[in-house]
Amino acid sequence: MESAPILKLEHLGVTFPNHPVFDDLNLTIRQGEMWSIIGKNGVGKTTLMRTILHQLHPTHGKISYLPSQGDVKIGYVPQFRNIDADYPLTIKDFVGLNLTGWKLPWLSAKERAKVQKILDQTGLKQLAKRPIGQASGGEKQKAYLAQALVEAPNLLILDESTASLDPVTKTELLDLVTELNQRLKLTVLFVTHDIPMAQKYTQHYLMMTPGKVEQGPIANLTTEKVWEGENV
Amino acid sequence: MFSYEFMRNAFAAGTIIAIICGIMGVFVIARNMSFLTHTLSEIGFSGAAFGVFAGWAPLNGMLLFTVVSSVIVGQLSARSERREAATSAISALFIGLGILFLSLANKNASYATSILFGSVIGISAGDVQQMLWLSLLVLVVVFVIYRFLKFDSFDHTGARVKGLWTNALSITFLVLLALSVSVAAQIVGSLLIFILLTLPAATAKYFAHTVGGMMVLAITLALVGVWSGLVLSYATNFPVSFFIAAIEAIFYFIALGWQRLQTAE
Ligand SMILES: Nc1ncnc2c1ncn2[C@@H]1O[C@H](COP(=O)(O)OP(=O)(O)O)[C@@H](O)[C@H]1O
Ligand SMILES: [Mg+2]
Repeated sequence: MESAPILKLEHLGVTFPNHPVFDDLNLTIRQGEMWSIIGKNGVGKTTLMRTILHQLHPTHGKISYLPSQGDVKIGYVPQFRNIDADYPLTIKDFVGLNLTGWKLPWLSAKERAKVQKILDQTGLKQLAKRPIGQASGGEKQKAYLAQALVEAPNLLILDESTASLDPVTKTELLDLVTELNQRLKLTVLFVTHDIPMAQKYTQHYLMMTPGKVEQGPIANLTTEKVWEGENV
Repeated sequence: MFSYEFMRNAFAAGTIIAIICGIMGVFVIARNMSFLTHTLSEIGFSGAAFGVFAGWAPLNGMLLFTVVSSVIVGQLSARSERREAATSAISALFIGLGILFLSLANKNASYATSILFGSVIGISAGDVQQMLWLSLLVLVVVFVIYRFLKFDSFDHTGARVKGLWTNALSITFLVLLALSVSVAAQIVGSLLIFILLTLPAATAKYFAHTVGGMMVLAITLALVGVWSGLVLSYATNFPVSFFIAAIEAIFYFIALGWQRLQTAE
């Protein structure tokens, strides 16, 4: 049985001044699906994600969110992050940063419990007190993931979160995401240029190549265009 | 020592300043704004000189200049490399203007000295009250926007991708910083104000484990510096800003040394 759609892109196009990124993109994403957004560097993956997040206005077409229940809340783990290694910011504090609002400076008991729960779920319990600047690459990615999750999103976007990780840590992170997907019916968009990982973890693919966007079973997609120029 | 009214005023003012600087300093350090803070204090000098020239209280001239310029700097801060160069140019211009205003005002040199280097005896009960109100304003705004400000200061990317109003936050913070600079300059002088707004927090960064802890430690270090500065200045007749600068700098170097030892292990 197909689950309810939560995000629909119709004839979506984004053009930067003198530079069309993609055009006429149609896509329906349903609740609980895990998608890979594949394409080589510079093809427009991040641009598409920023459009979905409403940070960029599409030049054509439209995006509709079709929540089956309540709002569509998006948790986005950005590709690049800049955090000072000396900050006295523990992983726990870092995760709690995402609980914003016109509230008291300190977290309520309920909010602290929420943070604790996410730390448990993401395997960061032991590392809660470690300064984020001193965490390893994989621990940092987990902390970024936890920060996005603390707001209880129903759509999670991982923008090349595994790109800088070693194979073991990569697998660990994606196992974790898969578990969250199954347990919480979390919809996931996994942006990557790593086709084996995409095949291993997701069932749906969107392949972005310059001037063309395809979807469907991975065997039918023009994967060689992605491998080109990529030092794999 | 406390039998003199001016010393009581100086201690009250110093305490307010230390608290404001400890709290704001944490964000100044997290947002990498030491350099801008320095410039704002130079702009403050110019504003104070203008105040003297116009026959106002120097603090009011300072407030006018720093608040207006912080809004302008906030607008042009899109690219940080450009901001550094633009900020240097602005600061040169304002120091020049300050010197001009002072010479036009025809006041004696001691006026310039106390604006630049601060003074203990110049502070009246009225000044203390004005500083108190301004500081309360800063504290209340920080309290209200705390969660947004913390997110944006310690994880700018995260705050931006969440769609927080980071530009408005940045301008709001600069205005708060302008107010703090003006308040704090009353004792340590505009030349050294960035010391209290940056060094205690920069030192605290190395010892604290949480943002809250960093704030408490920064306030403590600022308080220790200001209070002992006042006592030593009273005892020796040397300028208070010398002692404050020396004490805060020593704390900072101890922190750096401590950090070295930690990483060397
Ligand atoms: N804000 C922008 N203005 C102009 N061009 C941009 C902007 N953001 C990205 N681009 C360009 O759009 C293209 C796609 O970028 P991006 O979406 O980041 O690629 P990817 O994430 O697939 O590596 C690139 O050529 C990039 O230079
Ligand atoms: Mg990208």
